[in-house]
Amino acid sequence: MLKLLLSKTLALLATVLAASLVVFVVLQVLPSDPAALMLGTEARPDTLAALRHQLGLDQPGWWRYLLWIGGLLRGNLGVSYTYSVPVAELIGARIGVTLPLALLSILLSTAIAIPVGVLSAARRGGPADTALMAGAQLGVAMPNFWLGILLILVFAVGLGWFPASGFAGWDRGPLAALHSLILPAFALALPQAAILSRVTRAAVLETLGQDYVRTARAKGLTATKALWRHAVPNALIPVVTIIGLQFSFLLAGTVIIENVFTLPGLGRLMFQSIAQRDLIVVQDLVVLLAGSVIVVNFAVDLVYMLLDPRIAAR
Amino acid sequence: MTRLNRNLIIGGLLVLLILCTALVALVWTPYPPSKLDILHKLAQPSATHWLGTDAFGRDVLSMIMAGTQTSLSVSLLAVSLGAGIGVPLGALAASAGGWVDALIMRSSDLAFAFPALLTAIMITAITGPGAGNAMLAIGLFNIPVFARVTRGAALAVRELDYVQAARATGRGEFSIMARHVLPNISAVLLVQITIQFALGILAEAGLSYLGLGTQPPQPSWGRMLNDAQTFIFRAPQLAIFPGLAITLAVLGLNLLGDGLRDLLDPRLSQRR
Repeated sequence: MLKLLLSKTLALLATVLAASLVVFVVLQVLPSDPAALMLGTEARPDTLAALRHQLGLDQPGWWRYLLWIGGLLRGNLGVSYTYSVPVAELIGARIGVTLPLALLSILLSTAIAIPVGVLSAARRGGPADTALMAGAQLGVAMPNFWLGILLILVFAVGLGWFPASGFAGWDRGPLAALHSLILPAFALALPQAAILSRVTRAAVLETLGQDYVRTARAKGLTATKALWRHAVPNALIPVVTIIGLQFSFLLAGTVIIENVFTLPGLGRLMFQSIAQRDLIVVQDLVVLLAGSVIVVNFAVDLVYMLLDPRIAAR
Repeated sequence: MTRLNRNLIIGGLLVLLILCTALVALVWTPYPPSKLDILHKLAQPSATHWLGTDAFGRDVLSMIMAGTQTSLSVSLLAVSLGAGIGVPLGALAASAGGWVDALIMRSSDLAFAFPALLTAIMITAITGPGAGNAMLAIGLFNIPVFARVTRGAALAVRELDYVQAARATGRGEFSIMARHVLPNISAVLLVQITIQFALGILAEAGLSYLGLGTQPPQPSWGRMLNDAQTFIFRAPQLAIFPGLAITLAVLGLNLLGDGLRDLLDPRLSQRR
């Protein structure tokens, strides 16, 4: 068990390092000179050279990579080209929007999907199952940014219950902040919930057919008790996997959804930094996002082993 | 079995509808899709403009019809790129084994660590926006998907008796792959193609919504939604129709994929 954990951790570190190398190389290979972009087309060659020197862009690529990675390892993310403030500060100011948004979405998606999936598995073939699964098909097909716009149409423009865009800020109290995150969280969560409910339904159907569920029924448990005590807990492994995988979709989703609702989060920072060729910010953000995807997948593997000891034994 | 037929029929009909719309739009749309008519801007749906007009007086139905072409062609090319490179890579990994297999699979693991849409955003933003670059960025992310699916399916088929028999008659690995393995996993690949096609449509719409995909005056569903958001208080109907078009296209492809999977793998359809 310990050995497995150790080798998995090493593989994790190697993947994060490889991811950072890929990001760096891609951003170097693609044609873009941050200095030329910052100064515009009118820049004189000597001021351009001076800026390139100041940003460290005149040094060889491999050296800049080592400097960057060395900095990351010591917790130094570098300084933004356009804002001239440490990248850590930029990220720190925006993570308070993106992280709660992502967590709220995962929470909503799970809270919707598991009851829906279990209910339609229990009522397999009935009208409730048909209706719920038709709804799920529709949810999978809807782009989250259109859902966001529809939510704005109904709940902001029509009913006026929520703001159409913007973020209230945590200093105005947690309720005000959460209030402005509700619609974006639903826009992100519903398509994910649609996928998750289908997975949950399939997994529960699978366990409902197992011998131990029949035994539970034979010893006198009601159908409901057998469902919740035996079928559902055993169906959770694929569900947990999908929740983990959805984390990566969610992070990508925040880039679009933060633009739909003009929220000042990491997604918008990423979008703006790309437009301004603020490469150091882009690099840091992509490594941060890819790193968190890798770490979440790792955590899912661990949860797996806890849920099913047979996996660790293999 | 009824469920299987229903998915296949509804999905097939929707896909057919979308395909026909794209073909018809090649030769005919009610109005030229980029014809401006400022006098009749933001018109409500009526007999002259079935779905109304946008902020520049362009006919929404014509734009959606022309957008079908954009959406389908970007997604089709992206899937072709992904399958064209991914399938041979997956087949190579399955037949070569050893370090070649490990290299291909570890690289695809790495690619999965990057949220696909996020990297597509990065690539299109840096290479410059445009339908071609969007296609490239989406296609790039189809490669590891097809490599994995092909490898997994090929490994399972390679152990079957008829492949072993072919090997015993002295056929080379390449010939076995081309003649026996690939034809037998084509069903799995077909299902994956419909799924990736649907995801491609969603990704193109997302990139175009952000302004990184298809550029005006070429009509695109995602772009139309972005324009609509500016006028959401004055003309909310503009935000409905392009989204409906995306949803119907994706829904059709997903249903078709589900229907095909059930048709090709009866064991699965019995479990439903």
